[in-house]
Amino acid sequence: MPKVSMTVNGKSASGDVEGRTLLVEFIRETLGLTGTHVGCDTSQCGACVVHVDGQAVKSCTMFAAEAEGAEVTTIEGMAGADGTLHPIQQAFQDHHGLQCGYCTPGMVMSAAALLADNPKPGEAEIRDYLEGNICRCTGYHNIVKAIMAASGQDVGRIAAE
Amino acid sequence: MYAFELERPSTLADAVAALSGGEAQPLSGGQTLIPTLKQRLASPGKLVSLTGIKELRGIRLDDAGQLAVGAATPHVQVAAQDHYPALAHLAANIGDPAVRNRGTIGGSLANNDPSACYPAAALGSGATIVTNTREIKADDYFTGLFDTALEEGEIITEVRFPVPRRAAYAKFEQPASRFALVGVFVAQYAQGVRVAVTGASEGGVFRWAEAEKALAADFSADALSGLALDGAGMIADLHGSGAYRAHLTGVMTRRAVAAAG
Repeated sequence: MPKVSMTVNGKSASGDVEGRTLLVEFIRETLGLTGTHVGCDTSQCGACVVHVDGQAVKSCTMFAAEAEGAEVTTIEGMAGADGTLHPIQQAFQDHHGLQCGYCTPGMVMSAAALLADNPKPGEAEIRDYLEGNICRCTGYHNIVKAIMAASGQDVGRIAAE
Repeated sequence: MYAFELERPSTLADAVAALSGGEAQPLSGGQTLIPTLKQRLASPGKLVSLTGIKELRGIRLDDAGQLAVGAATPHVQVAAQDHYPALAHLAANIGDPAVRNRGTIGGSLANNDPSACYPAAALGSGATIVTNTREIKADDYFTGLFDTALEEGEIITEVRFPVPRRAAYAKFEQPASRFALVGVFVAQYAQGVRVAVTGASEGGVFRWAEAEKALAADFSADALSGLALDGAGMIADLHGSGAYRAHLTGVMTRRAVAAAG
C-alpha cells in the first residue's frame, strides 16, 4: 500500500493508505482523531470539514493520498495546548451554538475559514458561507450569533427568526 | 468504496501516460466523481489525479486577450478574478465554499452534468476547450447528457473565454443540491449575442437561437417578450415539469439580460 505523509495540527503524520482511503478515514481511523465527523458521506452536510493548506474542504470527498505534503488542521488543532478553547469554540459555548454537537466540528472549521477571509462578516454573509454545513438542531440562529461574537461584533441586533 | 488504484502524477505528460492503459479515468477536484464512485455509478479500475499538476492550474490573459483558465483551477480562484465578472459570479455560486475550494472547471466541463453551471458559461461565451491533443470549440464540445467530444484518455488542460462587452448568469437554484434548476448565461460580443441554457434540456446545455437573434437586435429584456420554448424535451422531475422549466428559461433569460445591464 502506498504511504502518505502530511502535517496534521502541526505534527507530522504518515500512514499506509489505499487509493480509495478518504481523508476523513485517514484522520479518524489511522490517526485516531475522531473529532472530525462523518454525517452524510455525500459532501452535503459539512460535518467533516477540515482545513487543507488553509482552505475548508469536505474530508469525506477527498482522497487521503491527495493530501500528500499538505498542512491539515482538524477540530483537535483549534484549542490551545493547555485546553483553552479557540475563540470560535468559546463563542459557540457562550451563545449555545450547539445542541447535539454532531455538526459542530464542521461548523467551527467553516467559521474559522470564513473569518480568515472575512474578519467581520455580516449576518447574511455568515448564513451564505454556511450553505454547506447542515445543523438539524439549532435552526442556525445561535451558530450565526456565535460567529458574530467570535469576530468581535455585536450580536444583540440579530433578531430571532 | 470499492478498491481501485490511484495515481497522482506531477506532470501532464505523466498523466497522459497513466491514462493510456484503459480502465483509467482522470480525477480532478472529485466533488462529483467521488460521490459517484461511492454510489457505484462509476467503477474505473484506476484513477489518475490531476490535482498535483501545477501546469494545469492558474488564470491568465492570453495573447488574444482571452481569459485562459487552467483546467484544474478550483472555482474559488475563478470567483476571485476580475477580468470576467460574470464568470466570477457564476463560479462564486457553485455548490458551497468547501466544494468551491476543491471542484475544478475542467472537472465540471468533462462531466457535463445537464444542470451544472460551467457548461452554460463555456457555451455562452463561445469558449475554446483546450486538451492535451487539440482545441475544441464549445459549440462542438457538448454532445449530450454527461457526454462530450472528449476521447478516451484525453485531458482538458485549459479553457479560453473571449471576454464579452457585457454578460450575466442568472441561476434559479435547486436549494438542496445547489445545482441550477435552470441557469441562463447571456453574453454580448461585437459579433453577436450568445444565450446558453443549463438545467433545462434533457440533452444538456444548449443555445437558445431565437433569444440570441432578438437580443442582437435589441439587448433588452423587453426584446424577449413573446418568445417561448417548448416543454417537450425539457427535464421533468419532482422539482418541476418540462413546461415549468421552459417557462423558467424565459424568466431567467430576462433576468440575465437585466443583470448584464
